[in-house]
Amino acid sequence: MTRNAESLKVVFVGHVDHGKSTLIGRILHDTESLPEGKIDQIKQACAAEGMEFEFAFVLDALLEEQEQNVTIDTTQIPFRTSRRRYAIIDAPGHKEFLKNMITGASNADAAVLVIAASEGVREQSRRHAYLLTLLGIKQVIVVVNKMDLVDFSEQRFQEIKTEYQKFLVDLDLTARCFVPASAKSGENVAHKSEALRWYHGPTVLEALDATEPTASLVDLPFRFCVQDVYRFDERRIIAGRIETGTLRAGDELIFSPANKSSKVQTIERWNTEKNGVAIAGDSIGITLTEQIFVERGYVASHQTETPIETNRFRADLFWIAREPLRVGAPYTVRLATQDVKCQVVSIEQVMDSSTLEIKIDKYEQLDRNEVGRLTIQTRAPLVLDNHDRIANLGRFALVDDGEIRGGGTIFGGIYTDRTVAKSKNISWTGGKITPGQRALQTGHRGAVVWFTGLSGAGKSTIAQALERELFSRAMNTYVLDGDNIRHGLNSNLGFSPEDRVENIRRVSEVAKLMADSGVVVITAFISPYLMDRRRAREIALEGNAEFVEVFVEAPLEVCEARDPKNLYKKARAGEIRDFTGIDAPYEPPEDPEIIVQTDRQTVDESVATILEHLLPRLKADSADE
Amino acid sequence: MTESPRTHLDQLENQSIFIFREAYHSFKNIAMPWSMGKDSNVLIWLALKSFFGKIPFPVLHIDTTYEFPEMLEFREWATAHYQLKLIVKINEEARARGIGYETHDPVTVTHELKTVALQQALAEYKWDALITGIRRDEDPTRAKERYFSPRNAQFEWDYKDQPPEFWGQFAATTTKGEHVRVQPLLDWTEVDIWRYIQRENIPIPQMYFARNGQRFRSLGCSPITKPITSNATTIDEIVTELESTRTSERAGRAQDHHERNAMQKLRAKGFL
Ligand SMILES: Nc1nc2c(ncn2[C@@H]2O[C@H](COP(=O)(O)OP(=O)(O)OP(=O)(O)O)[C@@H](O)[C@H]2O)c(=O)[nH]1
Ligand SMILES: [Mg+2]
Repeated sequence: MTRNAESLKVVFVGHVDHGKSTLIGRILHDTESLPEGKIDQIKQACAAEGMEFEFAFVLDALLEEQEQNVTIDTTQIPFRTSRRRYAIIDAPGHKEFLKNMITGASNADAAVLVIAASEGVREQSRRHAYLLTLLGIKQVIVVVNKMDLVDFSEQRFQEIKTEYQKFLVDLDLTARCFVPASAKSGENVAHKSEALRWYHGPTVLEALDATEPTASLVDLPFRFCVQDVYRFDERRIIAGRIETGTLRAGDELIFSPANKSSKVQTIERWNTEKNGVAIAGDSIGITLTEQIFVERGYVASHQTETPIETNRFRADLFWIAREPLRVGAPYTVRLATQDVKCQVVSIEQVMDSSTLEIKIDKYEQLDRNEVGRLTIQTRAPLVLDNHDRIANLGRFALVDDGEIRGGGTIFGGIYTDRTVAKSKNISWTGGKITPGQRALQTGHRGAVVWFTGLSGAGKSTIAQALERELFSRAMNTYVLDGDNIRHGLNSNLGFSPEDRVENIRRVSEVAKLMADSGVVVITAFISPYLMDRRRAREIALEGNAEFVEVFVEAPLEVCEARDPKNLYKKARAGEIRDFTGIDAPYEPPEDPEIIVQTDRQTVDESVATILEHLLPRLKADSADE
Repeated sequence: MTESPRTHLDQLENQSIFIFREAYHSFKNIAMPWSMGKDSNVLIWLALKSFFGKIPFPVLHIDTTYEFPEMLEFREWATAHYQLKLIVKINEEARARGIGYETHDPVTVTHELKTVALQQALAEYKWDALITGIRRDEDPTRAKERYFSPRNAQFEWDYKDQPPEFWGQFAATTTKGEHVRVQPLLDWTEVDIWRYIQRENIPIPQMYFARNGQRFRSLGCSPITKPITSNATTIDEIVTELESTRTSERAGRAQDHHERNAMQKLRAKGFL
């Protein structure tokens, strides 16, 4: 029994009051899956309150649910037959609780759609079927319930079956079977029924057992979504879940969106024998052979089967918030562990999900419980797959104000194109501009990243590499260095101690202004004096900008050996005066935010070190604190 | 070489770890209530798995002052063994007012010594998330829970309007005074818990095993928690017993049965 296969998740959906909860209660009862005395206990409680007993009360446990005889929220209950293990999910049918229906149905492998024979196909019978297709649930059993109310009439059953089948064809959905039953009296649920002699198909339970487990996620291309990077001890563990595919220690991985690659050194699990393999569904940690920068949201794949990287995609989206979704308004996409600002560029189609009628006059907004086909533009590149290829990376939640407002599935993405040009965003709502609003628009705060170090230590090289990294994250960033400052703004300054002080003062002021405008300014000057750097910090902080001092460290001998511009040679020869390290002092920082040691780290490693400290400080949500 | 398919327990474990890590990422200031009971210890174990051997947030024991001495002994042992950051909270004010099982009904006492104590701890430490070990199969109202379940400043659970939760996306934000209950064991059943304790060899208090024909199936405050008749001295025997009896787990807990839907009323007011 410990070796048994995965459990099948089945959601029960359909119009309000058509008997979903009753049917589940009946199944659990007839298969003796309920705790002893459970039914008696509910019966007693009902008798005491003068209510009629309902099988639905096994699930509808909230007082409000029992009083109104309606399911408010979804629940899940394990259950097993001789064939397999199930998780049965009860979903509410009332339109008001559609978000709860989606919550319940979103994880299901299969669905039982309940239609009451007495009422026939109703609004939610259709809407729920449509949502099942959107959620990617393809196995559907239709139960025509309450057959006792129509005298177990075969004709009535056939009428409903014909009407509903026609509707399903439009959805490109085929029901596995139609099963007549009475949940209340237990007819054809777990046992064949005398009253339904004319019917020769399976009972509800047999139909359930005949469903197949969904295709295995292990066979799909590998996707690992990074949840976090942990450094609780000397190890740096990248924690996350394998959504699809298989991973082996030694595999070469590509991390998107940065497109950096590294080999997997180890697969980490606590207190578990190491075997170097992990598969879809596993929550693991990995360590890498190269110290590349990785953060939450990154998606790892194998080189041969990379995901799509884009900032524009199309999706079918259901909207479940009271406030309508509006074109142009800012939202956040949450896809796996990615969290990216976005806006809806256009709504191409709005569908009445119960009639499948397309509303052609609507393209500015999506109202509650509507489904739309739309185009979304994100602020930074998003890593995704088409839903029909890898569902786990092809679906997302749309979030506003920290709350989930809708969800969608992605289609039509093109795999070969990894360099989709970043187009400009449309219009974002304005107002009086605070640092917080600027940060909201750009997705990050402004900051001054102040490099200091000897000539030849690598400041400019690392500054440029860092600038590129930030730029590729769609961040506003700019490097200030001798090249663009000395020739213009400070062309009247020389290298005397006084001029050096003035040089740095002006750079500090310019950097502050740029940071205030929302830019991540990287300054790459030797800036040898503690006092000057302290003042640069004060100026930045006055302007409410983040200040991060980065000590680009390399021993003098190393810098002198590198001597990229032959300056050390000239200084030694006495051709230049007051050269830092030779005949002018360098005062190393006492307590810099970040140190990189360029004699021991590669440029990429140095950039990775900086990013790791810097990115958390640039988070937009802390801008107005 | 193909990897063998994951078992039911593997899947539960993976899902719980995923939830733990999402919670740790989403909230700045987390605590994990810990009763030393079997579910609580599974929770500790899963936290160790999630964070590779180190639990990066404090565990909280709400000490009702009616604890079994054996449980307190276990608390000391486990705190040292797992190197836990332990916080112990007692509602001193209620005890000073004389609230106790000797004089009051179990619902009142549980509310004061557990829920109010938890509120006091929350006010003191300002946690924005609590990781709890509740399971759907314990109680039909718990069955309606989400993995991430927000509570307002009054600790109320708005079960009539819960946030949507799908595709691994949770309600992960709070405003001041609110907190989120994170519930990684929601999908586990009592039997799953036992099978997992067995598989992983997780230390638990010995009171769960039969002595003199009796054992505890669920552990709460000593005056209101009754042992059941049982000869199960191993986990296998416990599982066999559970699979054959089909009585509900919390049957031995008095506060659940005081009145109809007592549990819903307790929980709406902030009880775990
Ligand atoms: N006669 C008859 N009544 C039934 C049958 N199945 C359910 N009912 C009754 O229909 C009513 C609604 O049943 P529920 O199971 O609560 O319906 P539901 O589909 O779960 O409703 P929501 O969850 O609120 O959407 C109850 O009063 C049931 O007793 C049936 O087969 N025959
Ligand atoms: Mg129902």
